[in-house]
Amino acid sequence: MLPASAKAPHKQPHKQSISIGRGTRKRDEDSGTEVGEGTDEWAQSKATVRPPDQLELTDTELKEEFTRILTANNPHAPQNIVRYSFKEGTYKPIGFVNQLAVHYTQVGNLIPKDSDEGRRQHYRDELVAVSYQGSQESVKVISETGNLEEDEEPKELETEPGSQTDVPAAGAAEKVTEEELMTPKQPKERKLTNQFNFSERASQTYNNPVRDRECQTEPPPRTNFSATANQWEIYDAYVEELEKQEKTKEKEKAKTPVAKKSGKMAMRKLTSMESQTDDLIKLSQAAKIMERMVNQNTYDDIAQDFKYYDDAADEYRDQVGTLLPLWKFQNDKAKRLSVTALCWNPKYRDLFAVGYGSYDFMKQSRGMLLLYSLKNPSFPEYMFSSNSGVMCLDIHVDHPYLVAVGHYDGNVAIYNLKKPHSQPSFCSSAKSGKHSDPVWQVKWQKDDMDQNLNFFSVSSDGRIVSWTLVKRKLVHVDVIKLKVEGSTTEVPEGLQLHPVGCGTAFDFHKEIDYMFLVGTEEGRIYKCSKSYSSQFLDTYDAHNMSVDTVSWNPYHTKVFMSCSSDWTVKIWDHTIKTPMFIYDLNSAVGDVAWAPYSSTVFAAVTTDGKAYIFDLAINKYEAICIQPVAAKKNRLTHVQFNLIHPIIIVGDDRGHIISLKLSPNLRKMPKDNLSQRHLESHGLFPLPLWVSGHSSQPWEKKGQEVQKGPAVEIAKLDKLLNLVREVKIKT
Amino acid sequence: MTDVEETLKRIQSHKGVIGTMVVNAEGIPIRTTLDNSTTVQYAGLLHHLTMKAKSTVRDIDPQNDLTFLRIRSKKHEIMVAPDKEYLLIVIQNPCE
Repeated sequence: MLPASAKAPHKQPHKQSISIGRGTRKRDEDSGTEVGEGTDEWAQSKATVRPPDQLELTDTELKEEFTRILTANNPHAPQNIVRYSFKEGTYKPIGFVNQLAVHYTQVGNLIPKDSDEGRRQHYRDELVAVSYQGSQESVKVISETGNLEEDEEPKELETEPGSQTDVPAAGAAEKVTEEELMTPKQPKERKLTNQFNFSERASQTYNNPVRDRECQTEPPPRTNFSATANQWEIYDAYVEELEKQEKTKEKEKAKTPVAKKSGKMAMRKLTSMESQTDDLIKLSQAAKIMERMVNQNTYDDIAQDFKYYDDAADEYRDQVGTLLPLWKFQNDKAKRLSVTALCWNPKYRDLFAVGYGSYDFMKQSRGMLLLYSLKNPSFPEYMFSSNSGVMCLDIHVDHPYLVAVGHYDGNVAIYNLKKPHSQPSFCSSAKSGKHSDPVWQVKWQKDDMDQNLNFFSVSSDGRIVSWTLVKRKLVHVDVIKLKVEGSTTEVPEGLQLHPVGCGTAFDFHKEIDYMFLVGTEEGRIYKCSKSYSSQFLDTYDAHNMSVDTVSWNPYHTKVFMSCSSDWTVKIWDHTIKTPMFIYDLNSAVGDVAWAPYSSTVFAAVTTDGKAYIFDLAINKYEAICIQPVAAKKNRLTHVQFNLIHPIIIVGDDRGHIISLKLSPNLRKMPKDNLSQRHLESHGLFPLPLWVSGHSSQPWEKKGQEVQKGPAVEIAKLDKLLNLVREVKIKT
Repeated sequence: MTDVEETLKRIQSHKGVIGTMVVNAEGIPIRTTLDNSTTVQYAGLLHHLTMKAKSTVRDIDPQNDLTFLRIRSKKHEIMVAPDKEYLLIVIQNPCE
């Protein structure tokens, strides 16, 4: 059944045409329609049908014979195959092309007799035949099958291998397979039974009872959890995460196992301690705020006055002002002590420090340092006590938590507000060069070249000492020894005794760093320099009694002021030996202070309980405000202006501190005053709201005129001074 | 005595203060100077109110936080100082 490959010339496919006419007949073997002669008559009845697109051929072409050859080639097989040879790296033609074409395949289950499987089966059959000799049927069957097998096998051999489907052979094969299946079963079923009295006995074993065993556990405890996802909860979670990360980073950086252990120990101790007082310590912040609020409620009217009240009557009073009393600060523990020092904190403008001690030589007792805040007038923020009276104090400008204190016994100490123990952080002692007389004033200086903190102190023992904090110790350097000039008494042996002058007050120049003034008990004021330890730059015969305070003008670099127990306040120009202005206040003057907002305003307090405010620009000869602040018995000891608020604090010798608000008349300024810049430069930022004269919006003028600020103030004072100078020159 | 104890004492003895109480984070009063029923009532109500106020402030700006809450009524003023774990409540009569 090989396909007949008709090798027909490449022409258009020819179509059959049954032309019945007696003309030429076409023989087409492919189509298989042989028109024999006998069919001529039969075909005549039909008419010839010619399709319209039949090929038109000539007679010769029609008679042309085409030979067709049957070959055994596969027409689908390729005529030439080319394979790529990796060995030679080229395509090579393969000579022989397989011409086999498979038309039909079926997989059968005939096995050749001689193959392994065939032999195995044969062997098995023989075994079965042997074992079945006892039973006849099986033997017969087997013998038959065996015969059949034997008969069939030669036939099988004869038939072509592979793809012949011979029905009888298949039948034999099927039989063989069936019997194969049967034969393994039969030996199992064979049982020897007794023919006589065989009885089958069976018994059933007892089935074990099935028992169900269960156990039930308690259901896992359930809780309902609900939370809200707010903006801030999300934020908190992120912040916590960030902190954790930072902590792990820090831990990685500081890896010391020993330190960790000690830290753990410390932590354990802390936790045990904390659990006792745990609950309340955490409340400290809240309690503080609450106390302030409670106080605010109680002193509500005072707070309102402080913020908003401006005495309207001042418009009608002719250039005279008043002081409005605000809060009063007092503490039981400091009851018997006098206020010996007052200082506002340069950073926290509502905080001020008060030193308590005693001026009385005979009654010396302990001292105290209290820091009050305006927000809480009933109790101080910080409280320190010391054995000896505090005579002076100063707060560092850059480090507002460091307070330098001078004591009556000559010691100086530094308190650190960040560590509120009762003891000072650093203290001088007899060994480390304390003064032998009370320290009357201390003042912080700028850090020295090694960034160490240092301050100066002046005392009645005539020494001005510079203390430096070097590696947690106070080191002292005597800067100047005050001598009483012009009074060297000659002792017979030619020794020259220099009696020591007693310093009672000093003040450093605001701009010229090395220059400072010292007031003494004799009433003289010396102008000194830090660099010259033996000589004074200048001397002023200021007062008849001891000088209580000297103070440079915050604006004008040449002007300073002094006050004394000889009832006078004097204003000087440091280039001129005689004072510019002298004021007699009828009572010993405890303290004077320049106002931070104006170059011509200053305050003075006296021992008869009165406070005086002067404004040289308004009235050169008289105070514009004289007001009894405390009871007559109480001597006022100190006064200080607040840097931003229009209030002053006045301390008396009973341990009370009174805060007073300045009425508008007392804080007047010329209209185009722009001392804001000057205030800024002196660290008095933020601006006091009321500094700008009459304008309600002080910042309007801020950006306009740049350098006029301090100049205006200075000019103001200069004018006054010039007037006075002229007078002097004339006289 | 710790500073906080002293401060609380001072607050209590301040002019016009009717009562003070410390409430923990769950609204349970820990310390009080008033009677039990009043305390419990105040604690419960103010705790919720404080939480609400805090939530309000923080929702608007998560970096912000509530520092103080004051409720002024005709008769007196209730002041609440919230803390991380506690609530300090003071009732004061500010007029006298």
